[in-house]
Amino acid sequence: MTSVASETVSVSNVAKPGGTGSPWWQRLLRLITPYLFVLPFVLLFIAFFFAPLLYAFSQSLYRVHRSGLGLTPPTIVFAGLSNYVKAFQDPAFWDGVKRVLVFGVIQIPIEMILAVVLALLMDSAVIRFRRFFRLAFFIPFAVPGVVAAIMWGFFYQPTSSPIIALLTALHLGAPDFLGKNVVLWSIANISTWEFAGYNMVIVYSALQSIPQEIYESGRLDGLSEVGIALRIKLPMIRPALFLAVLFAIIGSLQLFNEPTILNRLSNAITTTYTPNIYAYSVAFVNTDYYYGGALAVILGVLTFIFSYGFVRFTQRQSGN
Amino acid sequence: MVTTQTPVDSERQVKNHTIERQQKLIGVRGFSLKNGVAYLFLIIVTIYSLTPLWWLAISATKNNTDLFSSFGLWFAHFNLIQNLQDTFTYQGGEFVRWIFNTILYAVIGGAGSMLISLMAGYALAKYRFRGSTLVSTLVLGALLVPTTTLALPTYLLMSKINLVNTYWAVLLPSLLSPVGVFLARVFATAAVPDELIDAARVDGAGEFRIFWRVSMPLLVPGMVTIFLFQFVAIWNNFFLPLVVLNDSTYFPINLGLATWNFDPASHQLLYNLIVTGSFLAVLPLVVMFLVLQRYWRAGLAFGSVTG
Repeated sequence: MTSVASETVSVSNVAKPGGTGSPWWQRLLRLITPYLFVLPFVLLFIAFFFAPLLYAFSQSLYRVHRSGLGLTPPTIVFAGLSNYVKAFQDPAFWDGVKRVLVFGVIQIPIEMILAVVLALLMDSAVIRFRRFFRLAFFIPFAVPGVVAAIMWGFFYQPTSSPIIALLTALHLGAPDFLGKNVVLWSIANISTWEFAGYNMVIVYSALQSIPQEIYESGRLDGLSEVGIALRIKLPMIRPALFLAVLFAIIGSLQLFNEPTILNRLSNAITTTYTPNIYAYSVAFVNTDYYYGGALAVILGVLTFIFSYGFVRFTQRQSGN
Repeated sequence: MVTTQTPVDSERQVKNHTIERQQKLIGVRGFSLKNGVAYLFLIIVTIYSLTPLWWLAISATKNNTDLFSSFGLWFAHFNLIQNLQDTFTYQGGEFVRWIFNTILYAVIGGAGSMLISLMAGYALAKYRFRGSTLVSTLVLGALLVPTTTLALPTYLLMSKINLVNTYWAVLLPSLLSPVGVFLARVFATAAVPDELIDAARVDGAGEFRIFWRVSMPLLVPGMVTIFLFQFVAIWNNFFLPLVVLNDSTYFPINLGLATWNFDPASHQLLYNLIVTGSFLAVLPLVVMFLVLQRYWRAGLAFGSVTG
């Protein structure tokens, strides 16, 4: 602080006569200023992005070697890529990958269609109380995933569920929200509940930034309001929608919080249910940090491939 | 040229997909049947969005028996005061400590990452320098790698340097916010005119002084947005604390509630604490949402900026 203050005093002395031709040290300072500004971020990036990934990768090249009889303490030996070979042949891991992919393929379109429909309605002049509706839809995003899962857990348990209570009272039978084939969709419901409103706001903001004149010209061309929504609004919000889908893909591949919390309520959720849960339990329950590290690295690379692939795909689409 | 909708038109539309039908409603003037359907849809989604929160508020007032024996969406015996007392005093008042920890993580992490992101985003927006493309690429690349992927590797590294089970283990990684840098860059490009910076230079102001006195005041709304995003991200974070902490002294609320929830020996007794604790964890965030809505919108408009 003090150095900045004293420096500005001298600068104003030098710069007064005309302001042209700054001294060399001032030009140097201006040259290195942007580097000083980005330095904290870059240091953090190296420390908490690069270094962990690199270290996890280096650890994943080792494994614990236990002697057959357990007479000598286990040793840590270099294993090359054997953890990766093991992972690629590990059906538990790939079952989890398949599960989150199925989850994403079904859940993301539902969430996005809901978000777009709501955003279009919010953008429409004839709907009243839009402020209230917008807030109501957005509020679930304020709820931590852990709390959302705890709450919905109560809605899914037969002993406490108001939904099941209502359905039973109407003699409509009690659905088993936590059963083997259903629980994945019960989790999908939690994700949709949390993020549909969030994505609605993203799409809605994009809709709001479209200049009104474009609609006018659409009307002059004889387009109906639906026509305007489909032909003008939807193409214009494509970039925003792509971004929302991209984050949803990343999120669904990382599925962890909700199934972890529901685990206590449903036998269907095992320690291999999603890739992230599996990597966690390998590392912390089996205390095999080496294999767990390998799984984390593979999951990171898979996520990157999917999201990057999606980015390339959409770029090609908009290129045409 | 005036857009009139013929009966044939609307008839055909009705048969169409539900979504299109919803969109059709947008064009209808005044209150009509179609408008009614739109409102019905909006009300159903509103009920869907708010019911769990209504349930949470109601359930925070119930004791353990009523949680399971009374109808979930209405009051039973009013037990809120007792619940609050139990929640705050259970196991020597660990919940109070978790609240303190969560606020510490979210406020310091949010403010720190806001400042760091702002400086980086400002530099990317307002200076041309060698390596800026590289930094931008790093930011975008980091957006594609989610924080959960990093949690396990971060644990491995932190246990190596003995940072596990400290406040730093949660705080330091929270300072890194690629989204924050991205937003800061967008905001600085839009809110700080180059001419203003040049004028300040001509007046003889140093670069840091320009940042602090000229640019920052213009970036205050953007700073609030960046702070909010990181604040909520930290408040809601679960995986990283779960991995790097096992001493409940350092737990944030989320992790504390999850451990109450997992505890197989006692969870039967703890239901009212879990529910009341969840209610207390959500309350400040909901209030922040209501008060600071417009800053959220500003942050979530990024989709239309990147186009």
